[in-house]
Amino acid sequence: MTALLIRDLRLAFRAGGGFGLGLAFFLLVAVLVPLGVGPEGATLARIAPGILWVGALLACLLSLDRIFALDFEDGSLDLLATSPIPLEGVVAIKALAHWLVTGLPLTLAAPVLGVLLNLPGPGYLWLVASLAVGTPALSVIGAFGAALTVGIKRGGLLLSLLVLPLYVPTLIFGAEVVKRGATGAGVSVPLLLLAGITAGAVALLPFAAAAAIRVNLR
Amino acid sequence: MSLWEYANPKKFMQVSARVLPVVIGLAGVSLTVGLIWGFFLTPDDFRQGSTVKIIFIHVPTAMMAINAWVMMLVASLIWLVRRHHVSALAARAAAPVGLTFTAIALVTGAFWGQPMWGTWWAWDPRLTAFLILALFYLGYMALWQAVDDPDTAADLTAVLCMVGSVFAVLSRYAVKFWNQGLHQDSTILKVGEADPIAPAYYVPLVVCIIGFVLLFVALVLLRTRTEIRARRLSALLARERLA
Amino acid sequence: MELVVNTLAVARGGLTVLEGVSFVLAPGAALILRGPNGVGKTTLLRTLAGLQPAVAGTVSVPPESLTYAAHADGLKAVLTVEENLQFWAAIHGVGGVTEAMAQMNLTDLRARRAANLSAGQKRRLGLARLLVTGRPVWVLDEPTVSLDVASVALFAGVVRAHLAGGGMALIATHIDLGLAEAAVLDLGPYKAKAPVAPGGFDEAFT
Repeated sequence: MTALLIRDLRLAFRAGGGFGLGLAFFLLVAVLVPLGVGPEGATLARIAPGILWVGALLACLLSLDRIFALDFEDGSLDLLATSPIPLEGVVAIKALAHWLVTGLPLTLAAPVLGVLLNLPGPGYLWLVASLAVGTPALSVIGAFGAALTVGIKRGGLLLSLLVLPLYVPTLIFGAEVVKRGATGAGVSVPLLLLAGITAGAVALLPFAAAAAIRVNLR
Repeated sequence: MSLWEYANPKKFMQVSARVLPVVIGLAGVSLTVGLIWGFFLTPDDFRQGSTVKIIFIHVPTAMMAINAWVMMLVASLIWLVRRHHVSALAARAAAPVGLTFTAIALVTGAFWGQPMWGTWWAWDPRLTAFLILALFYLGYMALWQAVDDPDTAADLTAVLCMVGSVFAVLSRYAVKFWNQGLHQDSTILKVGEADPIAPAYYVPLVVCIIGFVLLFVALVLLRTRTEIRARRLSALLARERLA
Repeated sequence: MELVVNTLAVARGGLTVLEGVSFVLAPGAALILRGPNGVGKTTLLRTLAGLQPAVAGTVSVPPESLTYAAHADGLKAVLTVEENLQFWAAIHGVGGVTEAMAQMNLTDLRARRAANLSAGQKRRLGLARLLVTGRPVWVLDEPTVSLDVASVALFAGVVRAHLAGGGMALIATHIDLGLAEAAVLDLGPYKAKAPVAPGGFDEAFT
């Protein structure tokens, strides 16, 4: 298991690609939105929580199709499926690797982009907290979508269509945490609901994803 | 004889050929009666005027939009557990019907909302939930389209339907949390409580609901028969290719 | 432990392609599968490896004793030869990376990235992976593609050593591996008679 995690991280760093791209995309969103909306600080402060969460979500979406597609193409997925590691474990590790190279950097970069979007002071802590709690769900749900579309050529667009509706609850609760945090309201309810979604997704979706991969390898 | 015998394509084709005309006839009669009764023989509402009559299309299609997904979920589970091909094809056949009902419910809702709330669209939790439901239908149908092998497609869409159901329910509660909304609560189950729907509307509404349920059953049967014929055709072509 | 395959039927794309396939493989024995293109060799091997379900019949050993090598080697271009092998060794919980590289004549290439290997060298690396799985039954689909004569002989030697240690090998190939002791099974006679669509769709209208 550790070997798989190390390999996936090594591949992500050596091949470049996904790792930097997600962050760059996130930055672009944070730059483009004020250009479109206008520079008024009050407007930006009001929409910052939503923009930051939507931006993180889309940045996460960019690299989803690489989770399984590369291993499928070069035959590694066949070999992993016949290896002693249960496929559910493979899915969980690959989702973890995806989170480490996208979700975690996005979480750490988000406060900087919060400055660009004039996020109110109390919001920063909750921005980082909500992303830290919520982005693992984005990776696991995304891994499930990637498992469904692994055998489909040019499945990227389909993957987005399948995954985005599944992201709705995470997005709503995540952005709600930041919105309430920024205005000083209580955040514990949405934060707990967000944590609940993450915990449920991490616990159950690897099984669904592994089932989908088995079907696709047939 | 077990109930599952009807899951055999041949048996299903025989039985559905006889059942389908009856269902179509009943759907036609109940929709004609219900809609004429509802549109022309009920009084105008004292506040809403004649716009209230959109209820006779809006409520049944909204109910069927959700019920179609539930039916797809049940059919998907039957496919995963018992591997009856007709079940998978019925789930596939129901999706476009469900999406159409969802779209009708959204459009009639917009027509209703314009005079009542003064806006075509509001990010009300019920409306938003239906929009998200439409996205789930779209994704489900797109996955069916994208996978070539029919059994693989049936398996993948069944898994998506199960996971999607959980997330659809989660989304419903998430949007409720997100915005309290303008839309009234469902009135149809409130008979006997305070502020029920008036009996003058209730009876034709029930007739309309029965009509739309029958219409849904008829469309799904028809589409499932078409899917079975398409599968039969591809089986014949495959056999020819190999021979 | 011997591998007993009994009246196995396998399907590709929902249509049965081979049926009634039966053979026995004793420890230390190899079996060469032959048959024209499209007869279902790959489908049979993938079914034995547990990647797809059999339509009918039984296989006496669980897929956990088999390891599968096919056209795609499962190599990562940005990892070195040694790293690729170390990964698969770690996944299977066995060692022997150094010996495997020595046996497949890869020791000099150990620090080179797989992206910079020739097709034949990649193939040798893919086959070296078999040695770090620790599994007794090798299921090989056209293992000698893009190997030169010397490498084929080298690989035949590796297979022979594996058999001598009590291993087994099931090889689908068109060329002569030089494994004179291996039995040959022609899959032609097992071709499914009339392909029948599953789920009773063939009979839906009769």
